[in-house]
Amino acid sequence: MSALLQMDEVSVAIGTAALLDRISLTVERGQILGLVGESGSGKSLTAMAAMGLLPLIGGRVTGGAVRFDGQDMAAMTDSQRRGLRGGRIGFVTQNPMTALDPVQRIGAQVDIVSRLHLGLSRAAARARTLDLLTQLRIPEAAAVAEAWPHQLSGGMKQRIVIAMALAGEPDLIIADEPTTALDVTVQAQIIQILGSLVRDRGLALLLITHDMGVVAQVCDRVAVLYAGRMAEEGPVGPIFAAPAHPYTAALIGCIPQEGMAKGTLRGIAGAVPSAAAFPPGCRFHPRCPRATAECSSTVPVLAARGAGRVACHHAGGAA
Amino acid sequence: MSDPLIRIENLSRRFQSGGGLFSAPRAMLAVRDVSLTVGRGEALGVVGESGCGKSTLARLVLRLIEPTGGRVVFDGTDLTTLSAGGMRRMRRRMAMVFQDPYSSLDPRYTLASVLAEPFRVQGQTFPAGKVAELLEAVGLPAAMATSHPHQLSGGQRQRVGIARALALHPDFVVLDEPTASLDVSIQAQIIALLSDLRERLGLTYLFISHDLGLVRYFCDRIVVMYLGAVVEILPQAQAAPRHPYTAALMQSGFAPDPVHRRRIEPLSGEIPSPFALPPGCAFAGRCPRASDRCRAEVPALSGDPAHPVACFHPL
Repeated sequence: MSALLQMDEVSVAIGTAALLDRISLTVERGQILGLVGESGSGKSLTAMAAMGLLPLIGGRVTGGAVRFDGQDMAAMTDSQRRGLRGGRIGFVTQNPMTALDPVQRIGAQVDIVSRLHLGLSRAAARARTLDLLTQLRIPEAAAVAEAWPHQLSGGMKQRIVIAMALAGEPDLIIADEPTTALDVTVQAQIIQILGSLVRDRGLALLLITHDMGVVAQVCDRVAVLYAGRMAEEGPVGPIFAAPAHPYTAALIGCIPQEGMAKGTLRGIAGAVPSAAAFPPGCRFHPRCPRATAECSSTVPVLAARGAGRVACHHAGGAA
Repeated sequence: MSDPLIRIENLSRRFQSGGGLFSAPRAMLAVRDVSLTVGRGEALGVVGESGCGKSTLARLVLRLIEPTGGRVVFDGTDLTTLSAGGMRRMRRRMAMVFQDPYSSLDPRYTLASVLAEPFRVQGQTFPAGKVAELLEAVGLPAAMATSHPHQLSGGQRQRVGIARALALHPDFVVLDEPTASLDVSIQAQIIALLSDLRERLGLTYLFISHDLGLVRYFCDRIVVMYLGAVVEILPQAQAAPRHPYTAALMQSGFAPDPVHRRRIEPLSGEIPSPFALPPGCAFAGRCPRASDRCRAEVPALSGDPAHPVACFHPL
């Protein structure tokens, strides 16, 4: 089976700054891939590259290829790429408060997606909108469709944004931190809605998050980014049981857990370097407990390990 | 616990909104009849979702805003009746760390002036070497004294916010979501720093957060709030919840353990508007255990004084 989204050693630059270095990942139908890393590690940029949106922020692909359903995105025309976005590729943004047009009623904003991408009539589009809102467990869908964005709560708005992403019959949804702006109990609702969409409809989901807890609970595979490079990638089970990359282990260790003794949570010393100050060798070495001289001079290659891949000279865990 | 540092008695705060030409004013109680104590050297956690009144409570305790009713007694002194001068003198003993390290530091100040400001406000001379001492206490190099906030990362800024709070050697520090705008890796660093400081300086903390997992890791006792009222006080961080809302909050956390995937049963619905509270228990509309009584009568915080709960059908 071929992957729906395949990024093959994709490098991205904005101006002279090389921000992403050979990112390789695949998302299959019916699968959730978690993309994790601290702020500045390149998660959102990877999503922009996957959607062909880099020109919006003055960026470009400098190497590698992005394939959607086997087709090279770089070989497509602008209008073909535009057709994919909002159609076969749905996008859910981080902040539902700014993703909706404040001067347009909710229903009209969802309708327009299926009218544009599926060519539905006004009436058919509205029927589809109401159906989607009901599936997303929005009570009184007809009344909500007539409401203005400011009349809805944050959790409700995020469901509308998800409805917009679903309206164009997508095969792939890219969700960039879809729950960070929401309350804890509402977060759980939204994550569960996204998870059941993947299972029930066979969608593929690229879920960008900084929360290893979310990854552990809903993702099938996880890709860990650090300073624009892949640190580790693989199925969630083995990675959490025995993370091979020290950065992965450190990220998991940042989450307070049930029964954890006080004083054991230490975080990761230092911060993600900016693109202007990427260190030579492994970019994580200045913060790494396992770093040796080799790490500061030689870039580790992303090599197969078990069912996944890891880029570390001193990879731990089970092989 | 003998002689708490802070005693909060029946504290309430009402806010009004609207009341323009075309709309009648609407009122809501952001904090409703809250009574608590904070022991000396204790880290008391306050958790709840947005709109539960936790930040209003924090501001009331420091008297940054005035209560509509009730009082706050700090080490035997009723803060609510103090004069402006008396309050200013009392403020040496209390401090606050704010949520957003970007807007809580003046962009025009160097770090040295940020740290000197508490002394200026109190009319005290700024001891020589104090800047270096404070920066070092929060893990920043003394050479940063001449830096401006924009040159710092979010985590470093929050360290400056903590250094400023510690400048006058307070007994009591209110931490209002001090890590909510930071990465998890930086959050863990800041939490470790706050733990070390508490131990080293014998500080008492009121820790406000929406993250129950973090509060359970960091705090001794936990106050759970929902729509302005306390619904439960957990006597230890690991105590089993008795209020269905506390249980739901615990259920909503995502543990980093894929082997034990929990079937998350999210609460249905969302928090009702504080301007239009339902009669009876404010949580009844989302509660799996709600009965007719819950929809008619407001449950009082009662039961075991060490582990009180405001629920007719506790777990």
